[in-house]
Amino acid sequence: MTETPRGRTLEFQILRYNPQEPGAVPRMQTYTLDEADGMTLFIALNEIREKQDPSLQFDFVCRAGICGSCAMMINGRPDLACRTLTRNLGLETTLAPLPVFELIGDLSVNTGKWMRTMSERLETWVHMKEEGVDFKRIEAPMDADLAEKIYELDRCIECGCCVAGCGTARMREDFVGAVGLNKIARFRLDPRDARTDADYYELIGDDNGVFGCMSLLACHDVCPKKLPLSTQIAFMRRKMAGMGWNQEKP
Amino acid sequence: MNIIYTDVLVIGGGLAGLRLAIGARRRGHDAIILSLVPAKRSHSKAAQGGMQASLGNAAKGQGDNEDVHFEDTVRGSDWGADQEVVRMFVNTAPKAVRELAAWGVPWTRIRKGDRQVVINGQKVTITERAEADGLLSQRDFGGTKKWRTCYVADGTGHAMLTAVADQAIAESIPVHERTEALALIHDGKRCYGAVVRDLVTGALSAYVARATAIATGGAGRLYRNTTNAVISEGIGSAIALETGHVALGNMEAVQFHPTTIFPAGILMTEGCRGDGGLLRDVDGHRFMPDYEPEKKELASRDVVSRRMEEHIKRGKGARSRFGEHLWLDITLLGEHHIKHNLREVWEICHYFLGVDPVKDLIPVRPSQHYTMGGVRTRPTGESPTLRGLFCAGEAACWDMHGFNRLGGNSVAETVVAGMIVGEYIADFCSSPAADATIPTALIREFVEREQAKLDAMVKRGQGEDASLIKREMQEIMTGKVGIFRTGSELDEAVESLQKLLVRSRRIALKAHSPGSNPELVTAYRVQKMLKLALTVAHGAQVRTESRGAHFRQDFPRRDDAQWLKRTLATWKDEYDTLPTLAYEDLDVKRMELPPGWRGYGAKDYIDHPDTAARQAEVEAARGRNAGTDRFALQEALMPYEQLLPEVLRGRNERLDERFDEPLPKAAA
Repeated sequence: MTETPRGRTLEFQILRYNPQEPGAVPRMQTYTLDEADGMTLFIALNEIREKQDPSLQFDFVCRAGICGSCAMMINGRPDLACRTLTRNLGLETTLAPLPVFELIGDLSVNTGKWMRTMSERLETWVHMKEEGVDFKRIEAPMDADLAEKIYELDRCIECGCCVAGCGTARMREDFVGAVGLNKIARFRLDPRDARTDADYYELIGDDNGVFGCMSLLACHDVCPKKLPLSTQIAFMRRKMAGMGWNQEKP
Repeated sequence: MNIIYTDVLVIGGGLAGLRLAIGARRRGHDAIILSLVPAKRSHSKAAQGGMQASLGNAAKGQGDNEDVHFEDTVRGSDWGADQEVVRMFVNTAPKAVRELAAWGVPWTRIRKGDRQVVINGQKVTITERAEADGLLSQRDFGGTKKWRTCYVADGTGHAMLTAVADQAIAESIPVHERTEALALIHDGKRCYGAVVRDLVTGALSAYVARATAIATGGAGRLYRNTTNAVISEGIGSAIALETGHVALGNMEAVQFHPTTIFPAGILMTEGCRGDGGLLRDVDGHRFMPDYEPEKKELASRDVVSRRMEEHIKRGKGARSRFGEHLWLDITLLGEHHIKHNLREVWEICHYFLGVDPVKDLIPVRPSQHYTMGGVRTRPTGESPTLRGLFCAGEAACWDMHGFNRLGGNSVAETVVAGMIVGEYIADFCSSPAADATIPTALIREFVEREQAKLDAMVKRGQGEDASLIKREMQEIMTGKVGIFRTGSELDEAVESLQKLLVRSRRIALKAHSPGSNPELVTAYRVQKMLKLALTVAHGAQVRTESRGAHFRQDFPRRDDAQWLKRTLATWKDEYDTLPTLAYEDLDVKRMELPPGWRGYGAKDYIDHPDTAARQAEVEAARGRNAGTDRFALQEALMPYEQLLPEVLRGRNERLDERFDEPLPKAAA
């Protein structure tokens, strides 16, 4: 195990703003904390809240890097706070809420609402070929490698890092983000989904979909699950461009 | 006063709550799901290793069926489970896993032919059947006779939750995220819904429903060291307890998972050991075979956790500045296996410990993991004492886990219970029994009472600190109500917790920020959590035997003569400092599998006076039914199918148990 440097005092500059408070304005507030062994931002923020400032708002759920609740801007870069070890940070750390999403307060943002809207729009579920499942019978087989490829894209935790890092998302309120495009790529790969490229074109064949992406690729760089986002977006763009070409042809 | 009406109010947006809401919705009833967090962030997400369902596809799962799954689960429970409920569960699990396959869960599939696996520390080649190619794969888990655990690498809960949460969106079921039920609205006989707090604005509303379902998961955060998410504080169970009319069953039955990273307590799936990982001590010695020659690392979780702590007490723990621990060794599985089938494990080791499990050992020690107890219900999920209240999943005690749950049975239970209870809720809502004359005065009274409680804490100038009280509670639970329990320590724990409960009535806040106010959230939750902690500690104090995960050093034997019964805890008066305990006998005369030795763990136990006679009856029935099929024998021993909703009845097809009719073309 890597050792934590002994005896550091850490300084956290945290963006504070409670929209529920009439007349409140955003400000930076500084907290200092003695570093402990194996300290993560989950531990640090909870300690600040318990011992220094009980009003500080932030979100953690699993604290194990699998649920996607705790994404925030850590020194200007979106990442999961729970698995960020303070020993990998300098003496001063700036924490801010993810941009793009509706702010709830301090470091807490409403990713859930954004993701639900995106899911409803892109219909992010398997559109079954037949109604009903005869679940008493042996399941339909699937190629083992294909199942693994689908899982690779299914690992998205909807943390919002890709959206927070996205240039298009800043400019286009309705852009579905890498998270949305990756989901379509995932269902496109899944033979259980009855939808065709023409259906997917209806969902993402515009500037709020795959053609809105400017290929800045921050989504790919900041994805905590290291999903192959740039490859998937490029692939979907090629497929959708072909689709559009065929559809728009006189 | 804001009042929201619906048919089914589901409290909890994890797998159980989502699946039962989908069931009710598909039967034409409206449902609203309340969730502390976005549904896909629920703790169901954290299930890594897999879901037990006796498909018997994999070579090492061949011969598996409901009967084997049933016996494993009952033995695992140390005979504390309701055997009829276990039967309902094992018959529905294959249907649940196949439904999820159709819904898009990318289950890990079988590749036909030879593959190398690690069994008992040895590399072994097994050959998968050609006809199993592409079907759901199974891996080995603790306490099971066959490889039965279906999985999606080690992100099973994640993949299941994603698919089921998306199905709920497909069904247009609203999830009211960041809301919390503070109290059930009831008149002592009928539940009418809940008082709900908005965790963004802090405002209270009443949600009024024909049926209310609690699916809020476990209460791991009663403990300092737990694998559970920070939202697993048992508040759903606590509000049921606070009605005074609903019993919590077997709250003293608390599971400790053997392999959680030390000291953070994050789960390392049982799949690590199921796939061939070993436990080693300070000397690098593999110690489990010394204690458990039959099942070794793959005995049930209660047994492995105790053996680990026992080994540490013998001075064989590795030392670190945080204390002592043991080592989990998965290096023998190889890089390809770890990076494909145990990738979350790899990530967690990498990010939290800075170790590479391909080459390095993982420091582990047991932590609290699962709440076997919960809201006591009938096999239908309905409360026997408060009409219109249902409960499913980890929050419930219906009771399929008894005193110890097998790995892979909880995530399976979430969807199975969601399917079963969803049907029964729909039946209830379709029947005149669900008609309710809802007294608005009662609703107003409940909302005002909750508002007054919150206001008192906000306005009280001087008083106790909520997070200090919470920390003290967690220390007491981990220190004195843990893996090894003694009467004297439990006495101390109960006394200290009672004092804390009294102190918690004097909590004053330091922060008065408008909105949700995180300090206020901690304050009202810790008052509820202390009541739960007392049901655990007091239940453990009174139960003078050892059964499953409840281990009393001063009463080390399982005592069926005295204790083959389920604890029922109620909270009679708001100002009580102890739950009232009552007991419900388990009827040996109706058991399909009468009590005996589990096949691992301690061999001495005290028999129930009816056990010998029942055992003789069971053997006679086996004799009479020799030569008939297994279903006839089962039916003769303990008929249960009438307990299942009609759509979930019926046999499950397997490669070795084919139905006569050919598969429909699309699936073949």
